[in-house]
Amino acid sequence: MDALQKTKAEAGTKPASGDTLIGKRIPKKDAPEKASGRTRYIDDINVPGQLYGKILRSTQVHARIRAIDTDAARALPGVHAVITAADVPWQRPIGVSKDHLPLKSDRVRSPRDEVAAVAADSEEIAEAALKLIRVDYEPLPIVADAQEALKPGAPLLHGEDLVWTSPDGRSEVLHKASPGNVAMTFTYAQGDVVRGEAESAAVVEDIFQLHYVTHCCMGVSGVIAEFDASDNLLLHSNTQVPFLHKREFAEMLGIDPGRVRIIQPPIGGGFGSKLDIYPFEPIVIFLARATRRPVKLVYTREEEFLASPTRQPVLLKLRSGCRQDGTLTFRAVETVHDNGAYTSWGATTPFVMMQTFSSLYRVPNCDYRTLAVYTNNPYSGSFRGYGNLQATFAVEAHMDKLADAIGMDALEFRLKNAQDPGEVTPQGMHFNSCGFKDCLRTAAERSGYQQKRLAYRSKWNDGAVIRRGVGMASMLHVGGGAKIYQSDGCGTILKMDDFAHLTLITGASEIGQGSETVLAQLVCEELGLPLAAVSVVNSDTDITPWDVGVHASRTTFVAGNSALGAARKAKTKILAAAAAKLEQPPEALDLRGGFVIAKADGKRLIELSRLIRSLHFSDKAELVMTTHYYEPPSHHQDKEFKGDVSAAYSWATQVVEVEVDTQTGIVRLLNVTAAHDVGRVLNRLGIEGQIEGGVVMGQGYALTEELLVENGVVRNPNFRDYKLVTAPEIPEMDISFIESMDGEGPQGAKGVGEAPAICVAAAVANAIHNATGVRLYALPFTPENVYRALHGQAKPLTWNVAI
Amino acid sequence: MSATVEIAFTLNGVATQIQVPATLSTLEMLRVRLGLTGTKYGCGEGECGACTIRVDGLTLNSCLMFAADCDGRDVTTIEGLAATPTGEALKEAFTANGAVQCGFCTPGLVMQASHLLERHGHGHGHPGPEEIKRGIEGNLCRCTGYSKVIEAIAAVDVSAK
Repeated sequence: MDALQKTKAEAGTKPASGDTLIGKRIPKKDAPEKASGRTRYIDDINVPGQLYGKILRSTQVHARIRAIDTDAARALPGVHAVITAADVPWQRPIGVSKDHLPLKSDRVRSPRDEVAAVAADSEEIAEAALKLIRVDYEPLPIVADAQEALKPGAPLLHGEDLVWTSPDGRSEVLHKASPGNVAMTFTYAQGDVVRGEAESAAVVEDIFQLHYVTHCCMGVSGVIAEFDASDNLLLHSNTQVPFLHKREFAEMLGIDPGRVRIIQPPIGGGFGSKLDIYPFEPIVIFLARATRRPVKLVYTREEEFLASPTRQPVLLKLRSGCRQDGTLTFRAVETVHDNGAYTSWGATTPFVMMQTFSSLYRVPNCDYRTLAVYTNNPYSGSFRGYGNLQATFAVEAHMDKLADAIGMDALEFRLKNAQDPGEVTPQGMHFNSCGFKDCLRTAAERSGYQQKRLAYRSKWNDGAVIRRGVGMASMLHVGGGAKIYQSDGCGTILKMDDFAHLTLITGASEIGQGSETVLAQLVCEELGLPLAAVSVVNSDTDITPWDVGVHASRTTFVAGNSALGAARKAKTKILAAAAAKLEQPPEALDLRGGFVIAKADGKRLIELSRLIRSLHFSDKAELVMTTHYYEPPSHHQDKEFKGDVSAAYSWATQVVEVEVDTQTGIVRLLNVTAAHDVGRVLNRLGIEGQIEGGVVMGQGYALTEELLVENGVVRNPNFRDYKLVTAPEIPEMDISFIESMDGEGPQGAKGVGEAPAICVAAAVANAIHNATGVRLYALPFTPENVYRALHGQAKPLTWNVAI
Repeated sequence: MSATVEIAFTLNGVATQIQVPATLSTLEMLRVRLGLTGTKYGCGEGECGACTIRVDGLTLNSCLMFAADCDGRDVTTIEGLAATPTGEALKEAFTANGAVQCGFCTPGLVMQASHLLERHGHGHGHPGPEEIKRGIEGNLCRCTGYSKVIEAIAAVDVSAK
C-alpha cells in the first residue's frame, strides 16, 4: 500500500447525515487563489514610496561593542537612514523576560545580534551600505553549553541590570541581572516521589537529549512599517498574535495601542514561529520613524535560519517506576533548557512539558524541575507542540522500558495507566471528553502492533542487516484553548447583506491551517447556507474583534465557538422575523438551502434573501448583524502550576514501523498508524491535511532535521545542509479519528493543530529499539548517529547539574 | 551599478523586451521588474522549488537562472499556466484534494506538476504515485506532508487536456 491508498477509519458514532456540512471534505476557501499564484504574501506587497530595510548582524559570538562607525554608510547615495542603538536611546527590551534590546548597545551575545540597520532606495543600496559600517568589537569568552554556563566562574550573559531611560530622563530596571546565567526556573510537584519509588518493583532512569530544529516556514519573515501624518503606526505583519503585538508595539513606542493597526497578509507558514516580537520588527519601525517613509524588510533564507527562533533544545533526566502489576508509581524529571542569549517562549515550554509528565498517564507522584540557562547559542521560541515533543520522547521511552522490565505487554501497560473520561488529574486538569484508550486500541489494532512487536524483537539475534521495528507513542495536548493570557477569548462579528450573503469577521488568524474555512463551515451549517455564501474577514486589527492569537491548537475550538455563537444569534433574529411574517411560532421554522423552511416537513416557506430585504427596507429598518465573544470555561494555573488550563484536551496514539539498515544507520519510516481523539471531525479534508503535515514534520524532527550549532555559530543555514523531508521519503499514513464529542467544543470538536507532530520521534525511538535492541537517547536519528549507537559508539550523555 | 543587457523573449505567450542588469536572476526580473509575484522566493539557492518556472517546456528554479539567459526563450510562470486548461485543472485538483495549506510552495508545485503531467500526456499514461513523488522531490512543502499534493496530481485527468 502507498500513501494514496490510505484508509480512514472512523470510530465515531456520529454519521454525517443529510445535507449537513459537518464531517464533509470542504475545500479551503483560499486554495484557488493560492494555486494560481494570485495570493499576495508580505514579500509580494509593495507600498508607494517604500524604502528597503537591512540589518547588520554581529560577526562575533560574544563581544563588547567598542565603537560603530556609520559615516561612510550614511554618505552612500540612496541611503535614507542608518541607525544604531545610539539613535534610539528610548528603545525598550522585547521578549518574554524583557531581556533583549532590538538594537544592541554595548554588547553582542550571539552572531544573530542586530548591531545597526539601514533604510535605502533599494535592497542593493541597503546591502552596500551595511558593508560600509565598521564595528570595533572586543571579544568576550563564549559559553555555548548550558551545563558549562551553570558552573561558577562561567561568563555571564546578563550579569548586569538592564536599565531603561525614558525620553524625559526617568530610569527603570526592566530586566534584573541573572546571576549564574539562570534565565527561568520551574518547579512542580504532586504526591511524594520518594514514597512512589519505595513502592516500585521496577525503576528506570535515563538522560535524553533533544536537539535544535527550526520552523522553516516556506515564506520567509518580513514586515512593512509606516507612520501616517498623525503618527499612527500601520504594520503589514506576519504575526500570529496581532492583538497582543498591537499592545507590545505601542508600549515599545510609548504610544496609545489604539494608534497601532496591524494588517496580516496571507502568511507563508507559522507553526508557532510568529508568536513573539523579534528585533527586526521594532528595527523596521525605528527606520520608518527615522525616514518618515514606509520601510519594508524581508529576510533572506539564510537570515531566516540564523535569526529566527528554534524549537527548545533540552537535556532531560527522567526517573520512573511502576509496580509489578503495571501501575505507575512515580516520575521525577529534571530538565536543563539551553535558553540561548535571550528569553523567548522556548523558556516557558515547561508549562506544557509538565502536563505530559503529570497527566498523560495516571501517575500519583511526580516531581518536575527545569532550569533555563543563558548561553551564547540561538534562542528558542514556540514551535508546534511547545515542549511536548521533548517530554513525550522521554515518557514514551520509559513506558516501553518499564513494560519490558516487568514483562508486561507494552500496549496493556499503557492501557492500564491511560486516562479515562471524567478524570481530574493531580495537576487539576479535567478530562471531560477523553478517547485515549480508543486511540491506543485503534492504533494498535490497525497496525498489528502487539504481534509485530513480538515478532520483530524475536529476530534481534538473526544477524540480518536490514531490520524492522514497530514503536508506539501517545500524546495529551490542550484542545480547548489554553488560559495563559488574561483572556483566552475570541470575538466574531457576523453581518448578512440584502442578498443573504454573510461576512464573517473574526479575530482568528489564518496561517494556512484552514481556520477561515472551518469557521465559515460552522456558520453556514447553523444558517443553512452554502460555503459560497460567506466571505471571511480576518486580517486587520482595525476591523476584526479581539482574539488572543493562533497558538495552542485553539482556533477551531475558541474561534469556532465564537463564530457559532454569532450565527446562533443571527438565526434567532431571522427566525423571529420570519415567524412574525409567516404567523407561525419560531420553533416551527428552520433555515436550509437559503430558505426559511417548515421544520416538520422541510417545506420552503420564504427565500432568505427576500426575508432579509423585507426586514431591511421596512418601516422599522433593521440589519441582521450580530456579535459574539467566546471565553472558554478554563482557568489560570495557580502558583504551583495547578489548574484546568484548557476547556478540553486532545489525545492521540501513533504507531510507526521503521526499517533500520544496520550497516549504514539509515532509518526509513515505512508507515504511521495514527488514531486521534479530535472530539469531532468538522472538515475532513482539512483535518487529514493537518495530521499528514504534522506527522511529516515529526518525521523531520526524528530523522532528518538538525540545526547544527557549534560554539554559538549556526553551521547549516540553508536547505542544502538542513534537511527537510521530501516527497519520496514520506511514510504511508493510516489515520483514524476518534470522535469523543466534546461537550464544550463547537459541534463537539477539539483542537488538533499541534497533536500530529508530537508522537513521531518518540515512536520512532521505540521502533528502532524494537528493530535492533539498541535504544537511542539523543535526537536526531540521522544515519551517522544511528550507526554510532548500533556500534557502541554513541556519545555518552552526561549530567552534572543540581537543580 | 552593473552592465545591462537587452533581452527579448516570450513570457506567458506575450512577446517581451526588457533591459536587465547582467547579474539579475530570472526570479528577480519576474517579481520585481515585471510584477509577476506568483513565482516565490523561498531560498534563492535552488533548494526549495518555490520559484519553479518553465523555460522552453522544462522546469527550472528561476532563482538560479540569469535573466539575461531568458533571451530568445519561451518562459511560462504560474500566471501564464493558470490561464491554460492544464493550469485550471491543477487549480481545481489542488483545491478539491486539500493540497494547499499556507500555499507558499503551491505555485512551484503546480508548475512542476504541469511538467510532470505533460511528459506523461503523450501516450505514456498517467504518472503513478512513485513517479509523482520523484517528480516533486525538488519542491519543499512544510505544511501538507506532500500526501494530498500527490493525490491532487494523481487526480488530474491528463487525457482530457
